[in-house]
Amino acid sequence: MEWATISRRATQGVGGIFANKRVLHAGLAVLIILIPLIFQAATGLGFLVRILVIVGIWILLALGLNIVVGYAGLLDLGYVAFYAMGAYAGVLLGQATADVLGGATYYVMLIPGAVAGAVTGLVLGFPVLRLRGDYLAIVTLGFGEIVRISLSNNILGLTNGAAGLPRGVEVMAAPFGMRWLQANVRFDTPLGDFVFSPNLYWYFVVLALIVISVVVINRLDDSRLGRAWAAMRENEVAAAACGVNIRTQKLWAFSIGALSGGVAGVTFANVQQFVSPESFIFMESVFVVCIVVLGGMGSIPGVIVGALVIRGIPDLIQGLAVAGVVKLSGTTLSSITNYRFLVFGLLMVIMMAFRPEGMIPSKRRARELHPDDDVLLVDGSQALEEVDDAGRTSDHGS
Amino acid sequence: MTTPQPVLSVEGIHSFYGRIEALKGISLHVDEGEIVTLIGANGAGKSTTINTISGLVTPKMGSVKLFGETISGLRVNIVASKGVVQVPEGRRIFSRMTVLENLEMGAYLRKDKAEFAGDIKRVFELFPRLAERRSQKGGTLSGGEQQMLAMGRALMAKPRLLMLDEPSMGLAPVVVDLIFETIERLNSEGMTILLIEQNAAKALTVANRGYVLEVGKVVLEGSGRELLTNERVRKAYLGEE
Repeated sequence: MEWATISRRATQGVGGIFANKRVLHAGLAVLIILIPLIFQAATGLGFLVRILVIVGIWILLALGLNIVVGYAGLLDLGYVAFYAMGAYAGVLLGQATADVLGGATYYVMLIPGAVAGAVTGLVLGFPVLRLRGDYLAIVTLGFGEIVRISLSNNILGLTNGAAGLPRGVEVMAAPFGMRWLQANVRFDTPLGDFVFSPNLYWYFVVLALIVISVVVINRLDDSRLGRAWAAMRENEVAAAACGVNIRTQKLWAFSIGALSGGVAGVTFANVQQFVSPESFIFMESVFVVCIVVLGGMGSIPGVIVGALVIRGIPDLIQGLAVAGVVKLSGTTLSSITNYRFLVFGLLMVIMMAFRPEGMIPSKRRARELHPDDDVLLVDGSQALEEVDDAGRTSDHGS
Repeated sequence: MTTPQPVLSVEGIHSFYGRIEALKGISLHVDEGEIVTLIGANGAGKSTTINTISGLVTPKMGSVKLFGETISGLRVNIVASKGVVQVPEGRRIFSRMTVLENLEMGAYLRKDKAEFAGDIKRVFELFPRLAERRSQKGGTLSGGEQQMLAMGRALMAKPRLLMLDEPSMGLAPVVVDLIFETIERLNSEGMTILLIEQNAAKALTVANRGYVLEVGKVVLEGSGRELLTNERVRKAYLGEE
């Protein structure tokens, strides 16, 4: 029987509400398109579009890391390295070719950005093939720092150190249509003046990238590769005995995850019109891991909601205060920024204690973490018969 | 001479864990349709032998041949793709996947998807217990059921040589009997099996031939019956005076 058949069976239970689900999806799609337009039109709420763009880039990052952590089970604490490599590759090559490419620069640069990310993923992947768990986490953490510090130290004279890129008065080429839309799509609405701002432009670009990623990742999860990852995550020896090439599968996970980070990097650099090593500190890696873990490892909707909460809420509070929508004193504002980590720390502890599978868990993970629910399905007597034998504990070995 | 080519021939393998020489020149062969068993005490090198055959351990010297083709030095997944399938010690099922998903992982390397349904049916016929538990996750199965699942998963790969590492370990006597019955049944249907067991009496009863291992060397070999009646074996492994 094919896997597709099995997953179809698994979803048969929700068949009854499928029609409603369709309505829900359509509604969500309309909201996703309308909300930024409304924000843009409403006087004083334009900054929210900007926040959505940044959150979108984080969704891209988290989707990429989710492949490495959620699917392949490899804890990567240096994910920001791929984001940085994508950003710098995109900016440096973009600067060199902008005269020729013009408005296409950003779009063309997605390719070297993705390649830079993927190659960096392989560079990290090879030496860590034999590592797992905590050891892997430490090496990846170190790798992330190496990349950041190299950028800070103006490596090869290319990165302009802490001052970042582009240098001096140079500017990055605006993508196709951005200027035209900004100049020509403007009208009055009951909410205020609507201008098709660069932020709005980026919103739709990022949205498109997210949609593409989600489609690709969905396909991957159902594929042979996805199955191999799931098997590898559970037990490397058994997976190898089934014929899974552990080395190749890990490298695929690293490079596909990193590729996505590279794309996010190029986009981030273009949205900001600037990159500097400051954007790629260790805490950023930690944030992406938090998004994946809190949202739900291996779950696409989980990761999206995770990014909205972890990246969106602090930015929203800050943005509202800065825009004067909410009256907050300077000290309150800075304490919000400062207490952010405390709140996330608490949130993590609470989630791990009570809902370790994340906010919106993948079906598989939920099963993994709440075995009790499954045991109830067993007809008692047999299941408990040999609980204490070696088989129970042996799969934690190795 | 027209001697049939052995399925597996192991010639003078030496394997090391760091500087410790675990295998000191082991030679053995398994012919088509045989059950061959390796018996010996803990640390004799039984598991190392099987792990060297399957590619988990690379021998420093000697060779492993499958139908005359050298397979020593190849990676585990490549050896598996050539039809040498190991049911590892301690079963190592995918405890978070369902029974059905476990079986499907067993067929990971196979291209003939059309035969899937039939093969799964075949495994369920062999182990009706698994059929009842098909959508339950592996980790909730009892030890015996996990062993059945591990064997079923290996069978899904359509092995040319099935290697079982301590299949009776930690199981209730009734379940052990069932596992051994299944081993005999598979063999009667033509499966070539290399079996490692601590339960020497059981293993020698079902085996055509056996090898006795002591500290990394083969010290005795013979038919199952011969070894069962061998005085040394009776004293050392069958617990008789």
